[in-house]
Amino acid sequence: MTDVVATNQTIIVVGGGISGMTTALEAAETGKQVILLEKRPYLGGRVSQLYKYFPKMCHPTCGQEINQRRIKMNKNLTVITQAEVSNISGEKGDYTVSVTITPRYVNSNCTACGDCAKAATTEFDDEFNYNLGKRKSVYLPNAMAFPQQYVIDQRIIGTAEADAAKAACKYGAIELDQQVETLDLKAGAVVFATGWKPYDANKIQPYGYDRFANVITNVEFERLMDPHGPTNGKLLRPSDGKEAKNIAFIQCAGSRDKNHLAHCSRICCMASLKQTNYVQEKFGDDGKSTIYYIDMRAIDRFDDFYQNVQANPNVSFIKSKVAKIEEDKATGNPVLHGVNTEGYHRYANQHDLVVLATGMEPSVDFKGFPIKILVNDEGFIEHDDSNGGIFAAGVASDALDVNRAVQHATAAALRAVQVVNQVAGA
Amino acid sequence: MTTAVNQAMVEKYKGNFLKEVTDNVEEGNWVKMCMQCGVCSGSCPLGPHWDHPPQELFMMIRANKREEVLSSTSMWMCTSCYNCVARCPRGLPITHIMHGLAHYGKRMGMKPKNQPTEKFGQMFWDNLIKKGRVNELKLGLGLYFKDGFAEGVKVSMGKQKLGMNMMKAKRMSPMEILGGHGVSDLSGFHAMLKKAEELEAARVGANTDAK
Repeated sequence: MTDVVATNQTIIVVGGGISGMTTALEAAETGKQVILLEKRPYLGGRVSQLYKYFPKMCHPTCGQEINQRRIKMNKNLTVITQAEVSNISGEKGDYTVSVTITPRYVNSNCTACGDCAKAATTEFDDEFNYNLGKRKSVYLPNAMAFPQQYVIDQRIIGTAEADAAKAACKYGAIELDQQVETLDLKAGAVVFATGWKPYDANKIQPYGYDRFANVITNVEFERLMDPHGPTNGKLLRPSDGKEAKNIAFIQCAGSRDKNHLAHCSRICCMASLKQTNYVQEKFGDDGKSTIYYIDMRAIDRFDDFYQNVQANPNVSFIKSKVAKIEEDKATGNPVLHGVNTEGYHRYANQHDLVVLATGMEPSVDFKGFPIKILVNDEGFIEHDDSNGGIFAAGVASDALDVNRAVQHATAAALRAVQVVNQVAGA
Repeated sequence: MTTAVNQAMVEKYKGNFLKEVTDNVEEGNWVKMCMQCGVCSGSCPLGPHWDHPPQELFMMIRANKREEVLSSTSMWMCTSCYNCVARCPRGLPITHIMHGLAHYGKRMGMKPKNQPTEKFGQMFWDNLIKKGRVNELKLGLGLYFKDGFAEGVKVSMGKQKLGMNMMKAKRMSPMEILGGHGVSDLSGFHAMLKKAEELEAARVGANTDAK
């Protein structure tokens, strides 16, 4: 049974990605009681699935490690993973948040030795790798997973495989009889740091993401670069495992488009510019990148990053929204069709691999929420007094990069602290 | 008359062709929404045969290339497949704008010479307004003989089988040559067309008179 104490001076943060961790830590480090809820079995969110992030090209493991250490050192912060909010009621200073916790089937005795995984035989799609590869039914979600404990997939519970995993554990860490729990937690303020999901590329019919193996998305491309990823960090294209040395990036794939997401997702230009660096990193002068764009939006101080990529002779820019992609049957190469609007030149360009710079949409539909929250046309939470003690942090509020999400999350912590201070009469 | 209207429009909008298009061309108010992404030009199945694909026409409108735009054959090439409309990220009704531009160019007396679509369009209209119904036989013959008698006989012979099949399927009757079928209230139909013409003339007049 999960034992949690919560009062109307508690701050609940929903979502344990970079924004949620930041809000929870900043608030907890001021001395407030904070509960951090995360749907997945580990913290870190989508940032932990990136190979590197711009502009400094650092690995996310570094910041993740610092945050994990801060969490371990802080007595005011309680982290609950595999927890989803099922209901929320009340008002500013007095909310009740209902939380459903699905079992991990592994307790804190786990030392992450991996013996249980060796006993497992079934494999499932690996969510951490955007289903590009497989993982075992008993698994550590990723190398940096926090908490550093294995997870047993609910789908093998009740089978001999689960019993074998339990038998393999030397530490008594496996509890196959764990049940789904529901908790009602009190809170003075609730911060939604529920983040984003990549726009569903299957909906962009002319680009054939659903039909052509060598058309992938930018988040999948990140996984190809990761040494722990499905290709062990090699840039191999899906159709035939050939090295992808000539790569096309298509900007605004689903963003700034009335048929898809009306808003500019803001990060995708920088993400593609960053990813051209990956191609250089792998293949040097043999790696060629071509960016197809409407206009490049390397916002404010990132312009120097853009200029550096422009100066790279292995990267070319074509000002054009690609009209459609076809596949060359013999080679499996995607062929891009469109018109270069600088000079109105019609092209049919072959590439080894196409990366769709898909945009961000909110991962949660707040419009169907049990409590009224002001949401804009794009589905992001608007900051408004009518939201009472409910705040957004990071991408729940707008399409943001890591840097801006963290800034926004810190501001959200302050707003939540102000509410619980009022409750305390301070 | 067309020349006079054209002159009046040039006078009124001098130096601002975009405004002229916005005010007078059907769906022309959308032109300013184009962000020049080029997806319409790339998506057009006839694109390689156009002098100026849609997105280029939109840029030319902004650049005041009035003469080049209105006398262009490009918008006459549009087959209304709606591929561009389906893909346009800004939701521009590009097909309708193309037809609007073609119509406007024709009204200004600047239609391209010997453009087959334009010729056929006029032929279809003249055929239709006589009886309120299209006379397939006369329209077909008119089309076959549009490039002279000798050419007409050649084309007609070539299309003989098609004609016979249409007659068998009762899609065309040889009796149509005697005048053909029409709407029951022909004078009402003509009165309606006359009224529409008056309204259109008044609309164009209003735009040219008021400075």
